[in-house]
Amino acid sequence: MSAAPRDFPAAAREALADSQLRRNLRNATTTIRDKRARAVAEAPDWEELREAGRAIKADTLARLDEYLLQFEAAVEAAGGRVHWARDAAEANALVVEVARNHGADEVVKMKSLTTDETRLNDALAAAGIRAVETDFAELILQLDGDWSSHILVPAIHLNRSEIRDLFRRTIVDGPLSDEPAELAEAARLYLRERFLRARVGVSGANFGVAESGTICVVESEGNGRMCTTLPEVLVTVLGIEKLVPTLEDLEVFLQLLPRSATGERMNPYTSLWTGVTDGDGPRELHVVLLDNGRTNVLRDEVGRQALHCIRCSACLNVCPVYSRTGGHAYGSVYPGPIGAILTPQLLGIEHAASLPFASSLCGACYEVCPVKIDIPTVLLHLRAKAVEAKPSAAEAAAMRGLGWVFRDPRRLALAQRLARLAQAPFVRGGTISWAPGPLARWTRARELQPVARESFREWWGRRRT
Amino acid sequence: MRIGLFATCIADTLFPETGKAVVSLLERLGHEVEFPPAQTCCGQMHLNSGYRREAAALAERFVRIFDGFDAVVSPSSSCVGTVRELYPHLLGGSASVVEGVYELSELLVGRLGLEDVGAYFPHRVTYHPTCHSLRVTRVGDAPLRLLRAVRGLELVELPEADECCGFGGTFSIKNADTSIAMLGDKCRAVVASGAEICTAVDASCLMQIGGGLARGRTGVRTMHLAEILVSEERA
Repeated sequence: MSAAPRDFPAAAREALADSQLRRNLRNATTTIRDKRARAVAEAPDWEELREAGRAIKADTLARLDEYLLQFEAAVEAAGGRVHWARDAAEANALVVEVARNHGADEVVKMKSLTTDETRLNDALAAAGIRAVETDFAELILQLDGDWSSHILVPAIHLNRSEIRDLFRRTIVDGPLSDEPAELAEAARLYLRERFLRARVGVSGANFGVAESGTICVVESEGNGRMCTTLPEVLVTVLGIEKLVPTLEDLEVFLQLLPRSATGERMNPYTSLWTGVTDGDGPRELHVVLLDNGRTNVLRDEVGRQALHCIRCSACLNVCPVYSRTGGHAYGSVYPGPIGAILTPQLLGIEHAASLPFASSLCGACYEVCPVKIDIPTVLLHLRAKAVEAKPSAAEAAAMRGLGWVFRDPRRLALAQRLARLAQAPFVRGGTISWAPGPLARWTRARELQPVARESFREWWGRRRT
Repeated sequence: MRIGLFATCIADTLFPETGKAVVSLLERLGHEVEFPPAQTCCGQMHLNSGYRREAAALAERFVRIFDGFDAVVSPSSSCVGTVRELYPHLLGGSASVVEGVYELSELLVGRLGLEDVGAYFPHRVTYHPTCHSLRVTRVGDAPLRLLRAVRGLELVELPEADECCGFGGTFSIKNADTSIAMLGDKCRAVVASGAEICTAVDASCLMQIGGGLARGRTGVRTMHLAEILVSEERA
């Protein structure tokens, strides 16, 4: 990944002040959250499925080198071409080259986080090639010059009247209401033209099957299937962690993913393709296997479970932080709890040191994760790394000082007595309404409890004698 | 039963009444309670803030100090969760870990098999299930069972109860704006419940919720579960 995100607290502060955003997010996240809870509750073997999902991912990552070679051989045997990309620049260059070879000045794209991660559209634009986003929400964002704020529902921060206004500014000449069906029809007319003239399609993938070289895409709109079947040439960009060993393994993930993502029992459009087939679909298939920091994540014993992620976004919808700040505050294509552990690992902790702290450690994310990524544990692991990589002298001194106090009960007792003296000027009517230093951030919106006149340990000592 | 009390640094320093309530309650139920005076802090704040070395030093002390009790009790699910779930990772597989560390409601309902502890508390109360009591120590409905058995107490439901209050330790300072946004929603829910008191099993979350309720002059206060359970009808 490239560009480093902004400091989370500052970005969050701005987002929290946006009343329209707050309302849109609240409506959307609570709706999906409730739907998911209902869909999961009716699956009797949900916990077994989660464990199976976790185990398959852990096994795949442990032997990823073997599975990748197996996948490459299978794709090529089926008539596809496999390219290896160390980073975003290499992946983008490969896509640009394919488009150029076919004289395309426009490509149609299905929704793909991986190509958002590599900023493929910018690379294509620099080469004079227009990338047309065909997912409804991605199209909205592209027309608005905006970017995704949710893994699954990229335009979650916008409501339908905002989308109506945007369409009237950009693609619709004439009257348009904010009825969802009318908005969808407007996008459909705009996109059909582009689907039909496109010579090159670009896709991401949800899963790559090592044994057969099959690629699997899961979507709700059907636009992705248009991208993968209409153009003569298809380029699929696939993060190396997206492999599963066998076709049978999809049975587990195709149950876990729709229930976790949209609260549906079954996914509406599930496409699987293996290489190329004469007279059906693209005549040329290129598969770009992308690393872009993933082998570094794999090296970290605690952090590597972030690569289990199947991009369902259940953790975003239940997160009390995400559901208030929205995705843009995370400054990455991977927002929310999974982003807070994935982005710093992909970019290097020093480039996203504030993200692991963007959590109250409430644990709701771990509870819903369909592949049991222990996000709170990884957050703690990354916090320790962040403190090492980007130390704050003042905080470190305070923490070391408190550690010193806590290592001896006599020091703690003395600190309690000193705090009682120090707080005296600030205590009014048994409460502290304003405190100096970092505590001012507490008293901005909360009364502060003063140190008690008699600590528990003093009471206990008195009671004993 | 000889029970070791881990008061927690927060209750020891800021909320001594909570610690006293645990002692009086357990003694009333016929148990011997001991507060090992060498205790200080479980190290959760250091661990959660990324200072593992400081946290490990405090964890080692805790294990040494609380070895040998029939049970250890603490009025904080969050600190109990740290000891039970995080110490094994922090101290490495070989280190000895204290057995039988309970949050108060777990000890009463789970270990001692009690629900009615003989309390009388004629107030309208709502219960906030803290995140760590729900998802780390998993106390389940133990606090609610205890509250339902309190004479005179009217228990009212808290809307969106399992939403985090926004405390999160140093999160409340580092990400103060987000924390305050979460707290605002929690305070509105508490007020909407119609309760005069909001209770929970964590002094830290109660400090956040109580601080917000007081600043808003809502007239609703917070009280630790132990302080409700220790209340009796005066003759």
